[in-house]
Amino acid sequence: MFNDMKNVYLDHAATTYVRDGVMKIMKPFFIEKYGNPSSFHSVGKEMRDVVETARDLIAKNLDCRTAEIIFTSGGTESDNLAILGVARANKNKGKHIITTKIEHPAVLEPCKQLEKEGFEVTYLSVNEDGIVDVKRIKEALREDTIIVSVMYANNEIGTIQPITEIAKIIRDNTKKEKTGFPVLHTDACQAVGALDINVLRLGVDMLTFNGSKIYGPKGIGVLYIKKGIKLEPLIFGGGQERGFRSGTENIAGIVGLAHALDLSQKEKDKENKRLTELRDYLIKELLEKIPNSRLNGDATNRLPNNANISTPRVEGEAMVLYLDSKGIYVATGSACSSKSLEASHVLLALGLPHELAHNSLRFTLGKKTTKNDIDYVIKIVPEIAKKLTEMSSL
Amino acid sequence: MNTDNKNTSDVKDWFYSEEVKKHFFHPIKFMKDGEEEIFKADGVGIVGSPACGDMMRFWVKLDKTKEKIIDCRWRTYGCASAIASTSALAEMLTENGGMAIEDALKLKPKDIMERLNGLPAIKVHCSVLGDQALRAAVEDYRKSIK
Repeated sequence: MFNDMKNVYLDHAATTYVRDGVMKIMKPFFIEKYGNPSSFHSVGKEMRDVVETARDLIAKNLDCRTAEIIFTSGGTESDNLAILGVARANKNKGKHIITTKIEHPAVLEPCKQLEKEGFEVTYLSVNEDGIVDVKRIKEALREDTIIVSVMYANNEIGTIQPITEIAKIIRDNTKKEKTGFPVLHTDACQAVGALDINVLRLGVDMLTFNGSKIYGPKGIGVLYIKKGIKLEPLIFGGGQERGFRSGTENIAGIVGLAHALDLSQKEKDKENKRLTELRDYLIKELLEKIPNSRLNGDATNRLPNNANISTPRVEGEAMVLYLDSKGIYVATGSACSSKSLEASHVLLALGLPHELAHNSLRFTLGKKTTKNDIDYVIKIVPEIAKKLTEMSSL
Repeated sequence: MNTDNKNTSDVKDWFYSEEVKKHFFHPIKFMKDGEEEIFKADGVGIVGSPACGDMMRFWVKLDKTKEKIIDCRWRTYGCASAIASTSALAEMLTENGGMAIEDALKLKPKDIMERLNGLPAIKVHCSVLGDQALRAAVEDYRKSIK
């Protein structure tokens, strides 16, 4: 049935391709429309209008003011700007930060940097299901807490965090209404293509997302910064992006990101339904066919395209390479950490023993993933797990 | 320009050598289910730990003089380089009619790596445990005859 070599890319949480519609919109901005929005002539003015129209489209999707959208080079920069920028600009207001142990390194590493600069960071554990307990946030809040940063959905296990509840806990237990602190930031890079991103409903003050996970371009990101929040820039220069982020605007990226976001938000209900069915089918079959395998993270409160499974006696990288040879492209841990030999910090935070944390496989489905693809995966993965289990010393 | 890196996006071309791939995808002499009783090893060694992500079991069979390794088996939990390096060691020990214990005990991780035409630097430290597993197996045999 599957004699032909397939190409099944199930690593959409690492990155997606750029969809046709978005590519088409971006293309003129590489060759025909190349002006600098800061120029005073009509070519520049046209580009200024393009940038502001794109900013407006993003603001509409987030239900915020146009001026609250800042363009950056991507998710990592947006996270860095949010955390380092707010902390450094407001250190006289407090030096305590709350985050979780399952954040992306783009949040954890700036936090570690701030510890070197004299800040104190509380890294909250999560429950076994991969979801942060809001009670723990309440307990961790202090008079001098200036930032709470919790990701919207996790990049490895796809679990969705209770951002709205966290916002409420902060409002109810701090003097935020008077002081503005702590500022609530969320990294929504994984969530933005599938979940509600209305910042008023979410109750967040800052939100990070980028183009490369939503069928938009790489190298472009957004930081939503609620009006009134002070932050210190990371990059100094010509004063673009209201001084928060200098550098000539990446116009093709900005336009592409805006449209990718708009399209993904419009399509999300229908696409989520399709992906959820495929995801649940994949999970059910793999758990049935691989003895003693387990699903990591809550079964329902997770992104519609994410399945993360630990195989009992087989190390993740070995599985990834065997699957690669069969034309199935998946991840173990996350793409960002595969160059280190450490077990996934996310799975360890869930309380998994090291060997199970080493053994995870992340399947993230995408727009072009079909039932046929999943059937192929369901056939191949258990075969390879069996082969590697036979060689395993565990 | 260094052309070795021309295809850095392709795992097939950049991460592991052809020799690693050969031993990883077609490993030789791993201990199959139920084979242990038939194999009747003279010694068995275990090194590494699942927490580190690599663990090896190594069985050796000696000739009548008990001076030479004539056959071996292994099982490895770990990444591609861990699996490939154990398979390569098994090949080195058993080719040309087997290796004298004296010579086998002199094997270093470097020798196994050379057989594999190299490994990525990050993988060398923890994944090449074969020589230790072999020594543990020989040690186990020596203890058993005392």
